[in-house]
Amino acid sequence: MDFVQNFPFISIILSLFSGPLSSVLSGKWAKRVNTAVIVVIGFLSAATLGFVISTGQAYVYTMGHFPAPWGNEIRVGVLEAAMALFFCVIMFLSMLGGIREREEQIEESKQNLYYVMVDLLLCSLLALVYTNDLFTAYVFVEINTISACGLIMIRQNGRTIEAATRYMIMSLLGSGLLLLGICFLYDLTGHLLMSNIKEQVGILAATGSYHIPLVVALGLMSVGLAIKSALYPFHAWLPDAYGYSTLSSAAILSSLVSKGYIFLLIKIFYRVIGFEIVKESKVIHVLFVFGIIGMIMGSVSAIKEDDIRRMIAFSSVAQIGYIYMGFGLGTAEGVIASIYHVVSHSATKSLLFVAASGLTDASGKSPRYRDLTGAAYRNRLAGVAFTVGSLSMVGMPIFSGFISKLLFARAAIGHHYKMLPTLIALAISVVLNAVYFMKTVIRIYTPVPADMEIAAGRTVPAGEQPAKSAALVCFIVLNLLLGLSSEPIINLIRSGLEMFG
Amino acid sequence: MDGINLLHNYGEAVAMILFGIGFSNLLLQKNLIKKIIGLNIMDTATYLFLALKGYIEGRKAPVVVNGVQSVEAYINPIPSGLVLTGIVVSVSVTALMLALTIRLYHRYHTLDLDEISTLLKKEGK
Repeated sequence: MDFVQNFPFISIILSLFSGPLSSVLSGKWAKRVNTAVIVVIGFLSAATLGFVISTGQAYVYTMGHFPAPWGNEIRVGVLEAAMALFFCVIMFLSMLGGIREREEQIEESKQNLYYVMVDLLLCSLLALVYTNDLFTAYVFVEINTISACGLIMIRQNGRTIEAATRYMIMSLLGSGLLLLGICFLYDLTGHLLMSNIKEQVGILAATGSYHIPLVVALGLMSVGLAIKSALYPFHAWLPDAYGYSTLSSAAILSSLVSKGYIFLLIKIFYRVIGFEIVKESKVIHVLFVFGIIGMIMGSVSAIKEDDIRRMIAFSSVAQIGYIYMGFGLGTAEGVIASIYHVVSHSATKSLLFVAASGLTDASGKSPRYRDLTGAAYRNRLAGVAFTVGSLSMVGMPIFSGFISKLLFARAAIGHHYKMLPTLIALAISVVLNAVYFMKTVIRIYTPVPADMEIAAGRTVPAGEQPAKSAALVCFIVLNLLLGLSSEPIINLIRSGLEMFG
Repeated sequence: MDGINLLHNYGEAVAMILFGIGFSNLLLQKNLIKKIIGLNIMDTATYLFLALKGYIEGRKAPVVVNGVQSVEAYINPIPSGLVLTGIVVSVSVTALMLALTIRLYHRYHTLDLDEISTLLKKEGK
């Protein structure tokens, strides 16, 4: 066995232990440990990715001394390693962009606790990405939920505590359903390791026995994870949680936490149940319908919003709708489009949050539209970054959002009854996206009229917050990279998906 | 046919009914404490289901006593292990929910989540 094969395990353990370690450190040292851990794990994931690409096949890593089907194991393929690397990059940039806000908004004595939460969040995301055991996945889903709740409520005001409570309630409903689904599946198959469950499910499907319990288990797990990742009717907690928490939290929550659950759902589809069986069940039609409703309704809510951060949060609801619509198509192309959209949306949404905070910095911290007039002239870099993010969301060519919309449209073509709804929903959604994002872009590039006074508006040079500026530049580059060189990334996702099952 | 199955598996049926009660309480109750009680009923129902699935008629708990090592003597220990793990998880989320509830109560002197939302809107922040 090569030494590189230990890296996924080392990454999980490293982030897991840095959490408790940070709880006894001062805020400053906890921050350094956190940055170091994210960077190291990023490099480890990159090495793992290089290794699995060179061998061209996924490998299984046994945890402890018991072999399958009794022991616990992690399984690493191209898709997993690439996701781990991508999560590290986004987390690093989100943390970098929000340094100033964290220092201002979190009490001095609680600074180190924030990093405990981030370390544990990273650990749970990595575990969700790598694990091959369904019950382990459930436990890390809960760890993910608890640390995300901590990230929301660490900025102490009434709004965030209420948002954290609503988030917990919704999440607990979701994890209750997920747990019940896992119990059903364990009851039917007698296994907890994903590959073993799939074997048994294949036998059950071939003989046609226990058809209804199998569909019920699949439905419970899908709905549970859909609730947790804020698919349309379950999104009530989302705008408050993203809109009022501290900047890094909002960026991490929107771009990573919900994506961890979505990745687990893909895993359940491909590795636990088997995509052929998922396709034949009615569950994907439900996801398709709610995805499409979410695409439209999320954007409609965003148009009505007057607060720029809440607007970006509502736009997340629409984007999550896209992802579920891709699953709902029930083709490999649809899932590839969804995974690409996970990547593109993560990169764009965290960019938008950081850029929006740059704009509000230049407008006396006010997120209201009226006060943002001309903000792009007062903070030029944030203005450019927000424009890039908006154009990507709307789906302009050369930005990453265009590629994902193209992939969705291509995946839908030829589908005999889902083609028309998908294309119509895409078209409507693009127009709605354009309405609210372009409205904001025009607003921030409108010079302040002479008779209008912007409260505390001031010019913010790019050098004032070097960390935020650096993060914005990296985000812009990342977005262009995803948009301009999409072909290798799509090929990577395709090959990863092939060795995923 | 279906009716007989239901009669044989009455324990599982009870577990599912309890799950439904807990789930709807957690979703629909306005009072935060009642929500948390719903959460606990929901989780406990899942554990009941798991415990029932691990139980095999006429066998003992999987603790080796009197030197009996035969597999046939004991019930399936894995569901019990899962229940233990699940209990740990639900204890920690319950503690977190109660802590959040205390925070909200100190601020707004009510346990009604909708009322808290109205108060927040009035605050206008």
